[in-house]
Amino acid sequence: MRSLSLPEVSGYDEMILPGGKVRDPYKGYHRWLLSQARDNLVRKRQEAELQFHRVGITFNVYGEESGTERLIPFDALPRVIPARDWRHLEAGAVQRVRALNMFLHDIYHDQAIVRDGRIPAEQIFGNSQYQPCMQDVDLPNQVYSQISGVDLIRDGEGTWYVLEDNLRTPSGVSYMIENRRMMMRLFPELFANQSVAPVEHYPSLLLETLQEDSGVSYPTVVLLTPGRFNSAYFEHAFLAQQMGIELVEGADLFVKDGFVYMRTTAGPQRVDVIYRRIDDDYLDPLAFRPDSMLGVPGLLSVYRQGNVILANAVGTGVGDDKSIYPYVPEMIRFYLDEEPILANVPTWQCRDPRALDHVLAHLPDLVVKEVHGAGGYGMLVGPAASEAELAAFRDRLKARPDNYIAQPTLSLSTCPIFVDEGIAPRHIDLRPFVLSGKESRLVPGGLTRVAMHAGCLVVNSSQGGGTKDTWVLEDGSC
Amino acid sequence: MLSRTASDLYWLSRYFERAENIARMLDVAWNLSLIPFAVNAREEISAPLVITGSGALYEQLHGEVRIDRVLHFFTLDENNPGSIFHCLRDARENAHAVRGKITSEMWESVNSTWLELRDIRALGVEGYGASEFFDWVKNRSHLFRGATYGTSMRNDAFRFLRLGTFIERADNTARILDVRHRSGVLAGDTAVDFYRWHALLRSVGAYEAYREIYSETINAERVAELLILRPEVPRSLRSCVQQLCELLPAIEGDAGQTAKRLAAVQFARLQYGDLGHIVDTGLHEYLTDFLRRINELADTIREEYLEVV
Repeated sequence: MRSLSLPEVSGYDEMILPGGKVRDPYKGYHRWLLSQARDNLVRKRQEAELQFHRVGITFNVYGEESGTERLIPFDALPRVIPARDWRHLEAGAVQRVRALNMFLHDIYHDQAIVRDGRIPAEQIFGNSQYQPCMQDVDLPNQVYSQISGVDLIRDGEGTWYVLEDNLRTPSGVSYMIENRRMMMRLFPELFANQSVAPVEHYPSLLLETLQEDSGVSYPTVVLLTPGRFNSAYFEHAFLAQQMGIELVEGADLFVKDGFVYMRTTAGPQRVDVIYRRIDDDYLDPLAFRPDSMLGVPGLLSVYRQGNVILANAVGTGVGDDKSIYPYVPEMIRFYLDEEPILANVPTWQCRDPRALDHVLAHLPDLVVKEVHGAGGYGMLVGPAASEAELAAFRDRLKARPDNYIAQPTLSLSTCPIFVDEGIAPRHIDLRPFVLSGKESRLVPGGLTRVAMHAGCLVVNSSQGGGTKDTWVLEDGSC
Repeated sequence: MLSRTASDLYWLSRYFERAENIARMLDVAWNLSLIPFAVNAREEISAPLVITGSGALYEQLHGEVRIDRVLHFFTLDENNPGSIFHCLRDARENAHAVRGKITSEMWESVNSTWLELRDIRALGVEGYGASEFFDWVKNRSHLFRGATYGTSMRNDAFRFLRLGTFIERADNTARILDVRHRSGVLAGDTAVDFYRWHALLRSVGAYEAYREIYSETINAERVAELLILRPEVPRSLRSCVQQLCELLPAIEGDAGQTAKRLAAVQFARLQYGDLGHIVDTGLHEYLTDFLRRINELADTIREEYLEVV
């Protein structure tokens, strides 16, 4: 690390104003930073790496022989959100998840939103994530998505947007907690001087949320994992251990006489709530994919009888699909009679001929996504595409316009990270986790993901993205 | 406790114990094969194949019985599911699956064993030194056992770990005694006999115990008594079964009635057994019967605790 001086920034940087001044929320941190010796910071970074390896906070790239696990890069420069901004984000995320849960309840019951003409019927019933088996199944508290990840970004002006909703099995919360623990271990003095809102009670909030869905007085809750070769296995083991519940695989559970049991050394034990980290398709080979070895035969029938709770519910995928995303603001108006607190990224649905014309005309400026795609597959980033790629994509759009949506290319906000040379800005996003039971709960902040390479817009850990501790700072402590 | 977790813990310690036992057995074969007046060095070298019942697989893979090939077969051979390499890899796999249920020091002892083994593999066992390698395996096993004793809570996780150890150890002591006894009886040469019994006792770490308990020349009957009936010897059948007998009833819940009964019956047979009866029955017949019983117990533990249907 050669220098601690602040870099030049372009676009919206969370810490640094154009011209090099530090924004108010970061002033306390910056004062501390200037008092640090450079080699001390280098040593702390090495210590963090060693600790993460020891504790085993790793991302599995589990070759059978190698036994190697990769670390998700951790950046020791925190991302700061002032408490008043957080309250706005929190209200927006809770509002959004409430509307999405009401939407899921509605489409699996009366379908009022369709009858009212707010969403075309084929957008829902033609969606591969729509699960007809959930029709008229009543869920406790009418909650479908107990655990929701709402991905937020800021554009070049600093305006917050919802990029996407994650209502299936959102992951990353273990990094949020471990990042905080690491920061407190490395730099305790930072926490003594500023009042950073705590996040480490997330597992107990999660357990409360899972328990209160069950009618049983002392429900047995388990976490169902696809197994130790899953890339998020560390998180599954971590959460199970933090909540004090069993981490089970499909083969540990069985269905008998309308209930789910786990096999224990003291005989079968009834299971009341399953926090499942397995996709719908793999949950029950009798109901979904018959070749699934990960699930529990007969689980769906027990679920439909109400004898076991699944978190999240079956069929939530229809709520976070990219083809449904454009309708979320409308859902908020329809179900809550409120205006959305957080805006969607402007989206053109290519199924609409006028939108398609616009998209075709402005393709070099747009990002085009497949409606059911995930992980960046089948995606076109207009400004980065060649003429040939644009031409090929035009043909695909014309052939199947309903398969695509388009959005403007946003320049994500940046936040500085430590690099070998010193400090440099990198693009970031934010994923708060909304817990929904009888009430909504969330810990202040969430997971900040950061693209570790200059100019890179992709923050996914599978693409080499890293994470940062996220601080919600109480007013006045900046 | 989840049956799968119990199973992973049980097999973790079984595999680790098995790796240690293989190292002990090979150490003896290796040393005996170096003794110039061994009547039949080939027989010494073959002993590990007889003890583990893996002669056919060896022949298929390596043909002629040669000490360097036998060493490789039992240490680093990937194609032998009974090699130390396989045992330690399986032990680590099991440990990885129950990382949340064992202490970090236990995990680190298993994980670093595996990582070091990969380095040793690059050198080959003779490059590393055969005796050094056997000592290394024994030391890693001691370390894991020490980490388990020193840091594990005394709960069912601990008990299933210990169950695996003593099932494996009882099986191993019985096999090694059976094979060595059969070849030992045939020799009839005093010097060779001495080295053979000496080697057997060393392989189960009981040479000093023999010297302390008996002040006479090493002979077959005393060795049998020491390794079957003596309660003070930690690798004797009686010690192993006594541990099993104490561990099973301590496991929470009412499962495992048959396993508890089988262990108690077997313990009574050892506790009140005497050498005369064993000699009358014939040592080989006695040990064959014991192996059948201990394997029945292992199967029952599996059915009643580990793979509950």
